[in-house]
Amino acid sequence: MPKNYFMGKNLKITINGATVEVAKGASILDAAGQAGVIIPTLCYHKDLCVAGNCRVCVVELVGQKRLSPACATPCEEGMEVLTNTLKVRNSRKHIIELLLSEHNADCTSCYKNGKCELQSLASEYKIMNQDFINLIPFHNYTIDMFSPSIIKDDSKCIRCQRCVRTCAELQGVNALTMSYKGEHAKITTFFEKAMNDVVCTNCGQCINHCPTGALVEKNYIEEVWNAIADKTKHVVVQTAPSVRVGLGEELGFEPGERVTGKMVSALKRLGFDAVMDTDFTADLTIMEEGTELLTRLKKALVDKDPNIKLPMTTSCSPGWIKFIEHMYPEYLGNLSSCKSPQQMFGALVKTYYAKARNLDPANIISVSIMPCTAKKFEANRPEMHDSGYRDVDLVLTTRELAIMIKQAGIDFLKLEDSHYDRLMGESTGAGVIFGATGGVMEAALRTAYELVTGREVPFENLNINPVRGIEGIREATIKIENTLKEWSFLEGVELKCAIAHGLANAKIVMDEIKSGKANYHFIEFMACPGGCLGGGGQPLPTSPEIRARRAAAIYAEDAGMPLRKSHLNPEVVKIYKDFLVKPCGEMSHKLLHTKYTPRKRR
Amino acid sequence: MKPIIELIKELADKHGRNRHSLLPILQGVVEQERYLSEYSMIEIARELDIPATEVYGTATFYTFLDYKKMGRNIIRVCKTITCSMKGEKQIMLAIEDMLKIKIGETTQDGLFSLLQTNCLGLCHKAPAMLINNEVYTDLTPEKIREILTMYMNRKDEGENNVN
Amino acid sequence: MSTNYQLKRADFIFKNENDWEEVLSKSISRPPQELINELISSELKGRGGAGFPTGLKWKVSSEVKSDVKYVICNADEGEPGTFKDREILSMVPFKVLTAIAICGYVIGAKEGFIYLRGEYNFLRPELLKAINEFEYYCKEIKLDFSIKIFMGSGAYICGEETALFESMEGKRGEPRNKPPYPTLSGYMGKPTVINNVETLAHTYTIFKYGSKRFYDLGVQYSRGSKLFSVSGDTPKPGIYELELGMSLSDFVEEFGDDDTKAVQVGGASGFLVPRKRFSETNIGFQGKLVGISLPTGGSMMLFNSSRSMYNVLDNYLNFFAEESCGQCTPCRVGCQQLLKGIKAVKRGEKNAQYLDKMLKLAETMQVTAKCGLGQSVGNSFSSIVENFREEMIY
Repeated sequence: MPKNYFMGKNLKITINGATVEVAKGASILDAAGQAGVIIPTLCYHKDLCVAGNCRVCVVELVGQKRLSPACATPCEEGMEVLTNTLKVRNSRKHIIELLLSEHNADCTSCYKNGKCELQSLASEYKIMNQDFINLIPFHNYTIDMFSPSIIKDDSKCIRCQRCVRTCAELQGVNALTMSYKGEHAKITTFFEKAMNDVVCTNCGQCINHCPTGALVEKNYIEEVWNAIADKTKHVVVQTAPSVRVGLGEELGFEPGERVTGKMVSALKRLGFDAVMDTDFTADLTIMEEGTELLTRLKKALVDKDPNIKLPMTTSCSPGWIKFIEHMYPEYLGNLSSCKSPQQMFGALVKTYYAKARNLDPANIISVSIMPCTAKKFEANRPEMHDSGYRDVDLVLTTRELAIMIKQAGIDFLKLEDSHYDRLMGESTGAGVIFGATGGVMEAALRTAYELVTGREVPFENLNINPVRGIEGIREATIKIENTLKEWSFLEGVELKCAIAHGLANAKIVMDEIKSGKANYHFIEFMACPGGCLGGGGQPLPTSPEIRARRAAAIYAEDAGMPLRKSHLNPEVVKIYKDFLVKPCGEMSHKLLHTKYTPRKRR
Repeated sequence: MKPIIELIKELADKHGRNRHSLLPILQGVVEQERYLSEYSMIEIARELDIPATEVYGTATFYTFLDYKKMGRNIIRVCKTITCSMKGEKQIMLAIEDMLKIKIGETTQDGLFSLLQTNCLGLCHKAPAMLINNEVYTDLTPEKIREILTMYMNRKDEGENNVN
Repeated sequence: MSTNYQLKRADFIFKNENDWEEVLSKSISRPPQELINELISSELKGRGGAGFPTGLKWKVSSEVKSDVKYVICNADEGEPGTFKDREILSMVPFKVLTAIAICGYVIGAKEGFIYLRGEYNFLRPELLKAINEFEYYCKEIKLDFSIKIFMGSGAYICGEETALFESMEGKRGEPRNKPPYPTLSGYMGKPTVINNVETLAHTYTIFKYGSKRFYDLGVQYSRGSKLFSVSGDTPKPGIYELELGMSLSDFVEEFGDDDTKAVQVGGASGFLVPRKRFSETNIGFQGKLVGISLPTGGSMMLFNSSRSMYNVLDNYLNFFAEESCGQCTPCRVGCQQLLKGIKAVKRGEKNAQYLDKMLKLAETMQVTAKCGLGQSVGNSFSSIVENFREEMIY
């Protein structure tokens, strides 16, 4: 039921004797939040519709024998709510004990140890005896480790269905469902196939919403430690834009605090031979993709080539790529052929960088720190070998990096700031905004507009506000006027752009394109809500507020940088001069562009 | 027997292609095929334009929508309290003995599958069972012999549709 | 202390005078409010087991504004020991169809459904014939109303009203949160009156004879007659229409014998009453009767002295563990814990005190489960364990 069903009037209830005034339609949980009363929850999540199945949040209503779930019960005038009676506490204890009895509670060997919501509840309620019978031996639980990105451990599932709701509502992928019933009820994929054998896009949003260790990222921490310890190997690391505004949350900072300098220092202390920046290849992507877009526009508008596919869409989100490969394989021609910044970086590290530093690429191990779990899948794609070697060897999420920093005994709060290493470590503000939804679009416009008209985009301080924001689907139209002579075919063209984040919104836009209702030229698609800053590898918990703060941090980082347009990045200028020659040239096509794979719909 | 794709299309034409048409369509496929294969679920998902997982999640919820291959005649013996008191175990033994299969199994010739089910609403004539949609009550081991023999003879006469 | 209330037979449901056409056309010529008042003054309560006042249900749905409304007849009879709805639909289907159509007229619905459990598929051909004939007559009297059958596929939980809606909407039969209640938001989110088959059959009686005939049967708070499905250790298994309010000892005198050890009232989600409490137990709805008053869908299963109450409870718990939708924690896990728990105590793996821990768990399930299934498991569990504790242990 929509939250604003009865919006308008206010009503009064009491919680533990204190009067609270709430909007009509608010739930008891909302009211408690207002009143400063904490009611524990498990299946409830701000991003998702209300389920009301875990029964942890039950409260007592005066005059009623049965307890009510706070998250699913709307307030009514005069309601008297009691959240801390003996009945409520004893019931809640029972619920937690029941959950623990069907749960593999071997916490010390669990990846989520210390970060598990069930564990926290058990600790809060001091569940120190388990009198109930252990149900695990009766269940034949399995662990699915086939996916390069996600591990699904059914023995830890509490059936809150957050992952099902996430995959269905938030992402529109529907890789997971509740199956069977009764004691056999569990969360599965289609016919219980492995995650990498179904339509899962690896976006990791399920991981972000799972309260326990049932869904976690496949971690490569030990592999990275081993690589660093191997003296024969030269280990290079790249960091994505979103990591620097999220990492702090795992290490003592508030959401929205930028820790770029400290992050670089920490990476150097961990022992990486070179610490460089994905933002560099983000700038590079703008050069390549901007050129590609303008070329397509010329071919479509001037040459009237019927084979040119418009709209062109971005291709830096591997979750989005797998999504379109499964769901709309007939539109693969609309994707930009550009690789993502991560993969461009990987290909260049073992060619351009190796040459410049006089290293044998066979001894380079290329590691990336990403806010993303799909990047682990992307690095594993069979075509990502253009350097002659595996372009990106190991992908770590923001969460894994934080674990390594802690394991290394680094006191992050006390770290001094450092700078990225040269050659592929310089970036502009346009590169860093890739982390927010609308960022790729804004970066592309800053460069493309100037390329075509010779002038900066007509927005104050280069902040193209129409493409920013949190609405799931946004549109912006930029009128191109007074072009330079060679771009005169674009004179007067109204460039129609769209931005979508969260795969459910991607589906809506793609369906519009399919039905002929849409007439965009360029669309930015991000698989995750909020863009990469809300990615499947970012610190937990996640919520709209946290993502908003990370976004503010990204735009602040952009505003504070000396260079804010990708084409002005001196290292980008250098790589074209010394190595690539020109955007979408032969060298670029070999290393920086890719092909896609149509996949089945299930 | 119709090819599955054709069957599904017909069912969708009859019941509609909305989400709320799903259950009758699943029932229609089970009526002919006796179970829902991976293939038929994918086709149904495609025909209704809904995710395959939703078809799977919904189908596996219902006891009578089998998703593992079944025999032509699915025997469901009631095991709830009254039937259990009135001799369900003897009935089970009689069936297992005659067909040489255990609960959950299918005969080699694919003619019978044996399952248990919950209260059929025939408690005053317990023990009771279903074979496909047919009801059999006041069962005894002798009656079981008669009934199963009848089904075996029907097969010999070439009658495959036994409802 | 028995109320000295003799078993009073009634004969309204199955008496078939083939006058449904008259009852229908007469009823729809009366103002809807009058029909609602008739139901309210009859004090008819739902006969499926929950016992909600039928008149009130129809009233609420009639008053809400909506472009579309629905009437659904809940024929997902799955409670162990209940088989009355099957009989009603076989013997007097036109009474049910008439009642559905009258309800549609009263609340403003044009579509009615019968959710028929999959196990009753064999009723379908005859029922379809009846519906055909019925709809033909509706056209003749210019009543815009159609009835369809929706088949279930083997899920006891779909008898729960919101799970039934989910099932009809092509989804898993997982009960919804209430509020909102079906009268305001039911099938497809529209106002829906959902009634048990027997309830509808009783409304037919009330519309035909007026509320007084119905009200005069039974006792305070439990007016009217009810169908009882009698099975188990009884020489007279079958379906009987009796006035509400009888004492269990009177019932056993008629349907049991000196060897009757216990009676399960209301199926697996009901209560097991031991012999020593027969006389103080009355069959009706919650009210100020003497002794205990048990609401019921009418399932009466009798057990003689040869029956092990442990086996009975084991059977029920197996049933619930299988049929639970699995959505909410207290039911999904609680049923398993109770089932394995009694096994463990019986085997001596856990000592007898563990039974008390489970009784507390059963209480928690009663107050925290999301729907009636989980909330009712504790009924039979507590009544059996408390009254036959020794049989759980030895």
